[in-house]
Amino acid sequence: MGPVAYVETRGLRKQFGEVRAVDGVDLAVFEGELLVLLGPSGCGKTTLMRMIAGLEVPTAGEIYIGGQLMDADVPPRARGIAMVFQSYALYPHKTAFQNIAFPLEALRTPPATIRERVHEAARKFGLEHLLPRRPRQLSGGERQRVALSRAVVRDPKVFLFDEPLSNLDAQLRAIARYELKEFQRQIGTTTIYVTHDQMEAMGLGDRIAVMDKGKIRQIGAPQAVYDYPADVFVATFLGSPPMNLVEWTDGTLLGFRPEAFLPRDAVPPGEDVETFRFRVRQIEHLGASRLLYGALEDRPAAARTVIADLPATVTVAIAEGEVYPFVVPRRALRYFDARTGLARTRGPA
Amino acid sequence: MALPSGARALPAPAAVARRTLADRDDVLARLLLAPALVYVIALVAVPFVLAIVLSFTAATAGSLELSWVGLRNFLTILSDPQFHRALQNTLVFTLVSQVLVIVLAVTAAHVLQAAFLGRRAVRFLLLLPWAAPVSLATMAWTWIFDSTFSVVNWTLRFLRLTQDWYYWFGDPTLAMIAIITVHVWRMFPFATVVTLAGLASLPHEITEAAVVDGASFWRRLAEINLPLLLPIVTVAVLFGVVFTSTDLGVVYLLTRGGPYNSTHVLASLAFQRGILGANLGQGAAVALFLLPVLVVVAAGMLRTARRAEVGT
Repeated sequence: MGPVAYVETRGLRKQFGEVRAVDGVDLAVFEGELLVLLGPSGCGKTTLMRMIAGLEVPTAGEIYIGGQLMDADVPPRARGIAMVFQSYALYPHKTAFQNIAFPLEALRTPPATIRERVHEAARKFGLEHLLPRRPRQLSGGERQRVALSRAVVRDPKVFLFDEPLSNLDAQLRAIARYELKEFQRQIGTTTIYVTHDQMEAMGLGDRIAVMDKGKIRQIGAPQAVYDYPADVFVATFLGSPPMNLVEWTDGTLLGFRPEAFLPRDAVPPGEDVETFRFRVRQIEHLGASRLLYGALEDRPAAARTVIADLPATVTVAIAEGEVYPFVVPRRALRYFDARTGLARTRGPA
Repeated sequence: MALPSGARALPAPAAVARRTLADRDDVLARLLLAPALVYVIALVAVPFVLAIVLSFTAATAGSLELSWVGLRNFLTILSDPQFHRALQNTLVFTLVSQVLVIVLAVTAAHVLQAAFLGRRAVRFLLLLPWAAPVSLATMAWTWIFDSTFSVVNWTLRFLRLTQDWYYWFGDPTLAMIAIITVHVWRMFPFATVVTLAGLASLPHEITEAAVVDGASFWRRLAEINLPLLLPIVTVAVLFGVVFTSTDLGVVYLLTRGGPYNSTHVLASLAFQRGILGANLGQGAAVALFLLPVLVVVAAGMLRTARRAEVGT
C-alpha cells in the first residue's frame, strides 16, 4: 500500500457575503474509505470539497490531510490530492495521452517515466488504444476514464470526485458507478465523493454524510442512515419516494418507509404491526412495483399524502377510491419531534 | 355535397384575415436589406472597383480621362525606393505593434479578470483610447512627442533614465518608435476586451483542473490558457493587422511621412501620390498593393480560428 492519509475538518466554515455555504463542519474521513457527501444543490457539499482541495479559502476552521494542517498557504498542488470534475475538465486541445501526462509534466517527471506511467494508468482503464485521441473524439464514458487516469497517474493520497457521473446517461451511469467503486477498492485511496443523487450515494459510499444548509445532518453507513434517519430532513431526502410522515400524537411525527407500508394480507401473520385504514386515491403501475397514493382514514388531521410502494410480488387487488387495511411492522416505525425534527430513540413522547 | 343525416351545417365562417406586408418575409427581407445594400454598393463597391480601374490608367486629379496604361503604374512603384520603404514600414509597424498588442492584451486581460476594487472603472478607462477618434488622439500624441514640449522626454529625465533630449519626429528610428507606440495604444484596448471575453468563456473547471494538477501559473498560461484563447486572439490580431496596415491617420498626422519620407506607409504614400501629387493612377496602385496580401492573411487566420478546438 502506498502512502495513505485521512482527511479531517474542524469547525470548517465558508461564508459568501451573508450566505453561510459551509457552517461549522467537523468531518473525519478514514484511511482508504469512500465517503459520499450527499445533499441537495446549494447545501455546501461542493464548497466543502473545494476547501479541502484548496480551491477555496475557508472563512474559519481547519483542514488536516494526513495529520498535516492545510492552511491557505498550502496550494492545491501540495496537498497530495487529485480531483475529478463534473465536466471531467479534460484539456480539449490535448490528446488523451497529453491530458494524462499533464500532472506529471507539472512535477517535471522525466519523459521516459511519464510515458511509462501514462501507459500504465491507461492500461488500468482500458484506454490504451484511445491515447492519441482528443476529448471531443471520445464518448462520455471514455472521457470519464481519461479523467480518472489523469487523477491516478501521480499517486494522490486523496481523491476528490465532484458529481463525476452526472453527465452520463442513466444506463451508462449504473455501470460507471460499479466501475468506479471497483477501481476505488483496488487502489484503496481515501476518497471523498460529492453527489446530490441518493442512489449513487447509497450504492457507492462506505459511509455517507448527508448535508443541508451548510451543516452535516447525519453521517454513517448508507443502510444505517436510510433505516435510522437522524431527522426529518434526512428521512425525506433519502429514499424515493421519501419516508411517509404523519402527525401522530401531540408533538410527534410518525415516519415509515413506503416499502414498509403494505396490505395486511401481504404481511406474515406473526409480525408485530401497526394497522391503518388507507384510502387509495391514485395508482401508478411502474412495472417492478405499484405506487399507491392516498391518505390515512383514521387521521383526517394528517392531511398529508401517504405513499405505499408495493413490489410486483404483492398481487393483492387494489382499486382507486377504496379503503383497505394497511400495516407497518412495528420495527419499521420511526418517531420524530415535530418541533425540532430530530429523531426520538423511543416511541412517542 | 349532402350532409350525413344528423350532422348540422357549420355556421357560416367569419371573414378570414388575409396576410399583410408584415407577414410576407420574402418581400420584407428584400425591402429591409435594400438600404444596406445601396450603402455598400455606393460607398464600398464602387470606390473599390474605381480604384482598381484607376490603378491601370494614367488618371490625374482634375482630369476624368482614363487612358489605359496597363501595368505601368505597378512597374513604376515597384522600382521606386520610396515605395519599398513604405512597404517595409507598413510590415514593420503592423508586425511589431501586433506582437506588443497581444503581449499587453493577454497580460491586461489576466489582470482585469482578477477581482479587485475599482475593476469596473479600470475596464472603462481602458476602452477610452478605442472610443477616441484617431485623428484627435493622434494630435494629442503629437504634443506628447513634441520636439520642445515632449512630456516623454521630461519624464525620462525626471526619472534620471537619460540626460539626452530626443527629437522624436526628427530621427527616422525615433519616429518609427513613436508611430508604433500610438498604434499599440490604439489597438490594445480592443484586443484586451476581446481577450478578456475569451478568458471569461474558458470553462472554469478546466482552469481549476490545471491548478489541482499542479501546474504553475506560467505552465497554465502556456499550455492551457493561450492554446484555448488562440481562436479569439486570432480574431483580435486579424482586426489589428487590417486596421494597422491600412491606417493613414496616425502616420499622416504624426510625421507626415517624415523625416525625409522615412516613415511613409502604403496608405500615406498613396495619399501623397494620388491626392496631394495628383497622380491618381499611381496612388491607386500603391493603395491596392497590399490587398492580395491582406486577403491571404485574413483567410489564413480565419481558418486557424475555425480549426482550433474550443470546448469539449
